[in-house]
Amino acid sequence: MYLRKYLMKQPTIIKINYFYHKTMPNHIINPNKWIDLYADYLFNYTISRVSDREKAQDLVQDTFLAGLKSMKNFKGEASERTWLISILKRKIIDHYRKINSNKGKAEVRINYNDSESEGDWLEERVADPFDKTAEDTMQNNELSDAIYNCLGKLPQKQADVFKMKTIQGFETEVICNELNITASNLWVIIHRARTAMADCLKENWF
Amino acid sequence: MSKLKFMIPCDEANHVCDKSQYKDASLWEKVILNIHLIYCRACRKYSKNNGILSKTIKKAEVTCLDKECKENMKKDLNKVLKEISN
Repeated sequence: MYLRKYLMKQPTIIKINYFYHKTMPNHIINPNKWIDLYADYLFNYTISRVSDREKAQDLVQDTFLAGLKSMKNFKGEASERTWLISILKRKIIDHYRKINSNKGKAEVRINYNDSESEGDWLEERVADPFDKTAEDTMQNNELSDAIYNCLGKLPQKQADVFKMKTIQGFETEVICNELNITASNLWVIIHRARTAMADCLKENWF
Repeated sequence: MSKLKFMIPCDEANHVCDKSQYKDASLWEKVILNIHLIYCRACRKYSKNNGILSKTIKKAEVTCLDKECKENMKKDLNKVLKEISN
């Protein structure tokens, strides 16, 4: 009885599976749009973990290049962004590995040979009480990831304008000239972006 | 004095509220906005949320790449793309 049921069920399972594969959104890769869409997101992700602007920039660039080279391996199971982030994560780990191996080779500092700075090194080691705690930074990392997630959900134009105005802090006129829009147009876009961002961030952060 | 309006519609109030988040609003606009906020509950809520949004973004210290840098990246990427396709 059980077997018969099982056998009867089998074809439907296959059919469902087949159907599932057909309707699965197959992600397509398009490197021409990478930088416009993901550069800021990746950069922000990197800078919260590497905290050196130039290094972070290099890492993002490396990620894109590596992505190009292994484009054939992209199966379309995950979205482009997830795929790029997974490459970037590996790049960041490699970066830290490199630093650490350099450190191991020669970390002898002979800065304290003049009498004036004698004893400085002890003070240097005391933790700065005004420094951010690890927890603070961690929360900040998550927050900026969340912000970029929400920005990614906005239409391209809204995201661009919002980024320029809020994050880069450009003047209204500059943005208007750059993007060829009127001031009132800009404020409408900003208003929509702000409402969308607030709604999106409300779920997690407010 | 007759030209000065003390009552503004909600969409205008929202506009001023957005402006004030970027310190673009004039003093008079801010006064009028606050008068509007006294009697308009929906706008009070909106401007409160708006303030929180600004604060959160400021706190998160998000950065992004400047345009020049992106252009350079694009050039490099295109170069490699051509090499691959050839």
